[in-house]
Amino acid sequence: MIAKRILGLFDDFDRASAALRELREASLPGLDWNDVTIKSPIEHPDVEGVLGVRSIPVRNYTLIGALLGGSLGFLGIATAQGNFFSQLKGGKPIIPLPPDFVLTYEMLILGGVYITVLGFLICAGLPARMKSELYNVKVSEDQVGVMVKSNVHAIAEVRRIFERHDVLSVQEEVAT
Amino acid sequence: MDSTRSHSSVTQEKENDIREDIAWAQINRDVLASIERPRATYWALFALAFSMFVVGVACEIYQYNTGMGVSGMNNPNVWGLYIATFIFWIGMSHSGTLLSAILHIIHADWRKPIYRFAEAMTTFSLMTAGLFVAVHLGRLWEIYYALPYPSERWTWPNFQSPLLWDAMAIFTYLSSSILFLYVGAIPDFAICRDNATGWRKGFYDTLALGWMGTDRQWRNFRVAYMTIACFLIPLAVSVHSIVASDFAMSQQPGWHITSFPPYFVAGALYSGCAAIITLFIVLRHTFRFEEYMTLPILDKTARLTFAIAMVWTYLNLIEYASVWYGSDEVAKQTLLQRATGPYAVYWWAMNFLGSVVPFTLVFKKLRANLTAMMIVSLLLNLGMWLERWMIVTPTFGHGYYPWTWDHTFFPSWVQWGIVFGSFGWFGMLFMLFCKLVPSVSMYEVKEMVFHRKLAKLHVREA
Repeated sequence: MIAKRILGLFDDFDRASAALRELREASLPGLDWNDVTIKSPIEHPDVEGVLGVRSIPVRNYTLIGALLGGSLGFLGIATAQGNFFSQLKGGKPIIPLPPDFVLTYEMLILGGVYITVLGFLICAGLPARMKSELYNVKVSEDQVGVMVKSNVHAIAEVRRIFERHDVLSVQEEVAT
Repeated sequence: MDSTRSHSSVTQEKENDIREDIAWAQINRDVLASIERPRATYWALFALAFSMFVVGVACEIYQYNTGMGVSGMNNPNVWGLYIATFIFWIGMSHSGTLLSAILHIIHADWRKPIYRFAEAMTTFSLMTAGLFVAVHLGRLWEIYYALPYPSERWTWPNFQSPLLWDAMAIFTYLSSSILFLYVGAIPDFAICRDNATGWRKGFYDTLALGWMGTDRQWRNFRVAYMTIACFLIPLAVSVHSIVASDFAMSQQPGWHITSFPPYFVAGALYSGCAAIITLFIVLRHTFRFEEYMTLPILDKTARLTFAIAMVWTYLNLIEYASVWYGSDEVAKQTLLQRATGPYAVYWWAMNFLGSVVPFTLVFKKLRANLTAMMIVSLLLNLGMWLERWMIVTPTFGHGYYPWTWDHTFFPSWVQWGIVFGSFGWFGMLFMLFCKLVPSVSMYEVKEMVFHRKLAKLHVREA
């Protein structure tokens, strides 16, 4: 069956979340709840809550980045110090821990920040192609969009639900 | 009764950080207009900054061609205005961390209309500070000697030196600040993309990375932004602590003090805060941001500046006490030399501007006067710049050995020219940034308006 996408724009979060709630209660056949997306000008955890628990894996990247940054940083510095004997140490340790701790600390933060940003881009699906899905410039202004991807029959019902909640405009497209 | 109610509502309106009935579309329009049609003052300031920058470049070219001798630096005065100004700019960079990261974590939402330009200040201050390292080295054409790569010269950085920690910390801070600034601006780039035409459309389209404000994007954005903020706070503290270690870990009189790192961090936050006030007033006028950079927000920033000024004053006095009651007689002489010698005017000015002038911020009427606040903020930063100079120069001119006693040293016009030029370089970058990137965060102002309105509704319902 042909899959379609529908994007309904609402005036505020209350109407959008009411439409989402009804959509959820309707349990439309062929509608996968993971294919329901909110598009909004600001983040709104309460409305996102209607969608249910969705993972935020960016934290895992942070942990891995910080651990890698710190450990590789220390190893890199220690290796450099261990292999460069021409530098006079005056009887002090070849790999001095207190100063190396300072640099390890910096590398931990560096790794943490870089990999967090990388994780954010991966988890948020960025960079994204704008033409790949429905979008309306009003979303970045003052309207809240609810986008649903499903089969043609479900989409017709979704449209009716949107209309019951004073949707301002509706866009549809065939999903590729 | 009616008149009482109307009076109280007017008072409340006056004290609101922002008008809660501003339409979201209006926020977009106002901020987007700022990057397209600023006041003529913008171009005047840009021209001024460019002229200052040209003076700095001319002085640097002269120094490059003639040699470091023209800077007036000698032995023992090996660190002149360059290092003092380097520390000053590193300090200024703490403004963004304070407003963006610390206030973000504690959910102080009044920061929202003004944090973006504070973050930009962080980035450009660090870029300016970095220049001074190169200028101070003198032989720019041999800068690759300082880079850590294996070569037949057998030069290799000393990982035990705070100078190398400096390089690492500043690189981490600069790159993390740029990422923090960029990630935080992605939703605004999307707004610009949706409204721009011509070359700007393509420019913002690239920067927005295809942001569509989906719940998936917002969720990950929220966590990523908060996480970077959490990383930035200890990073900023470590950066200025390490800069303080350049001094505190040396054997120069008056520098070997345990309280130097917190003293430097407090000074950094102080100058950063004062600079925020200066640029707040400049941007408010230049970009017609009267609706967003409001007097109550200025009032809060001023009060924060006052609190930090008092912390700095306390640590400054602790520093004097450490020297005075310590057993280092030469350090004590250096302190006396500062207070009574040829630098006495600057040293007393530093203490007056840093510790006495902030008391003007106690007066509410003054905090609401833009001209007065502009003057006070400039004076505070002058005080903070003098502080850095008074740490560096008097100590070099009065070391442990009599041959280091050179109380007549004064920086040459070349040094002053380059310092002057650095303000032009910073101003130029900053003004350019404000013309290309929304200096008020549109989506965060929308959030601020939305949540405040909601909170008020809840109170009314209760």
